[in-house]
Amino acid sequence: MKLGRNIVGVFFEGLCRGCALLVCVAVLAILGFIFVKGAGSISWDFLSTAPSDGMTHGGIFPAIFGTVAITLLMIVMALPLGVAAAVYLNEYAGRGRGARFIRAAINNLAGVPSIVFGLFGVGFFVLFVGRNLDRVLQTGLLFGQPAMLWAAATLAVLVLPVIIVTTEEALKAVPLSHREAAYGLGATRWQMIRRVVLPQALPGILTGAILSISRGAGETAPILFTGAAYFLPRLPVTKLFGAIPMINPLDQFMELAYHIFIMATQSTNVELTRPIQYGTALVLLALTFTLNLGAILMRIRFRRKLRRA
Amino acid sequence: MNTAPAIAPQPDKIEVQSLDYFYGTEQALFGVSMDIPDKQVTAIIGPSGCGKSTLIKAINRIGEISNDIRIHGDVRLDGASVYGKSVNLVELRRRVGMVFQKPNPFPKSILENVLFGPKLHGVKDRDRLEEIAETSLHKAALWNEVKDKLNKSAMELSGGQQQRLCIARALAVDPEVLLMDEPCSALDPIGTARIEETIEVLKDQYCIVIVTHNMQQAARVSQSTAFFMKGKIIEYDDTEKIFTTPAEKLTEDYITGRFG
Repeated sequence: MKLGRNIVGVFFEGLCRGCALLVCVAVLAILGFIFVKGAGSISWDFLSTAPSDGMTHGGIFPAIFGTVAITLLMIVMALPLGVAAAVYLNEYAGRGRGARFIRAAINNLAGVPSIVFGLFGVGFFVLFVGRNLDRVLQTGLLFGQPAMLWAAATLAVLVLPVIIVTTEEALKAVPLSHREAAYGLGATRWQMIRRVVLPQALPGILTGAILSISRGAGETAPILFTGAAYFLPRLPVTKLFGAIPMINPLDQFMELAYHIFIMATQSTNVELTRPIQYGTALVLLALTFTLNLGAILMRIRFRRKLRRA
Repeated sequence: MNTAPAIAPQPDKIEVQSLDYFYGTEQALFGVSMDIPDKQVTAIIGPSGCGKSTLIKAINRIGEISNDIRIHGDVRLDGASVYGKSVNLVELRRRVGMVFQKPNPFPKSILENVLFGPKLHGVKDRDRLEEIAETSLHKAALWNEVKDKLNKSAMELSGGQQQRLCIARALAVDPEVLLMDEPCSALDPIGTARIEETIEVLKDQYCIVIVTHNMQQAARVSQSTAFFMKGKIIEYDDTEKIFTTPAEKLTEDYITGRFG
């Protein structure tokens, strides 16, 4: 009996270990494959110049620029919205029917295929919001066309569930005793949230931001119709008041994931551009990793601050 | 000092009037009436689940932040109902401070913990804040231990120090009543002794209500004691009388350790 149980235990431990190992192998295989195939095309020129000769040569700088810009724009839009929604759900909404309905909606939103977000982006942001803005503001055709703003907004909707769910988990983790302490000192609900709950939930909220950056930076379908360009001879920048250089959110942009997609499917010479595709994939991975690393470092800093100060 | 009659030379600070208290459909208090005098310590004893915590959480209305509650009857502070429609909960909880069962300092510095309340209520002047911090920590008998590390995390203090920090934090908003919900249950004997000394000093300035399941503690620190069972008040009298010549058989059985 005892021996039999032991064998079962050992077997399942081995099984779990094997599965865990398999995951590591898969990740390493993908990373290794891309690294081996792509490392050869990485050079300073590749990173710092625009594509040339009908996209068969040259670099990917505009795509790097576009990816960073759109990811930042996305997180700037999604984070406040998602955190506010999570705060509402966890702190104000209670457990009523309304809250249940909102939660169900968020879970469904998380399950929607990304191409549907892309179509929604065109239909809602570009054609509905943009065109109506143009009509109301008499701006001709300024807002009502695909642009970084709408692509970032579409991505923001896509990552919203991630941010809401992780933020809500972080808010839930703040102990009741700390809430009671704040109320006991005469805090209003908002003061309690602002001064006790949110500071403690910050590392968790940043986890949500990290996850959504990874998700958003790698997406192709949502930006396909909403602002990504096949090729753009210029960077999407403008000068604010004619002097201060800034990203132009109303311009189109090139993007790494989209760049890989078009190079692999619509290039004038797919075989010739193969090294560029792998190089681009490697850069995309490195870039996502760097953006993540930044957020992770921030999280570590906040955690340490919470523990210490 | 303990021989003074419990019902009482001082005017009553808190009046609990035939209070029924429900968590959802479950009734936790049954017709509790109790006048609590100012400037002394009133202890509430009784077996687990007898409603002692519920009673003090009904006074500053903290019981309702995580539960759906319903009441009949009333609780009055200085003669005014705390359950009235126009009651400002923020002001009520500023006047009625609370120390909880487990020390619950915020994961912030010692100084930020003490000044949390005053800052909530809009005190901005640096000198004034410094003064509040120092007096509050003095009153809680913690100043000498922490004066050189006010900017260190409160989480680095011992359990007993954390609980005294929570007392200081509660005192910093200048309350009139201090509710203590088994403040020593998570502490060792030394920590407990320090808290009791602190209570002894504070009782001349505040109306203190302490819930405890430690009968020796009730006997040591309080002037009046109420004995609760199953949500009802069994006996409420001078502490000395409760512990020497209780009127009720149940009280006697409980304090002599026959149950509970």
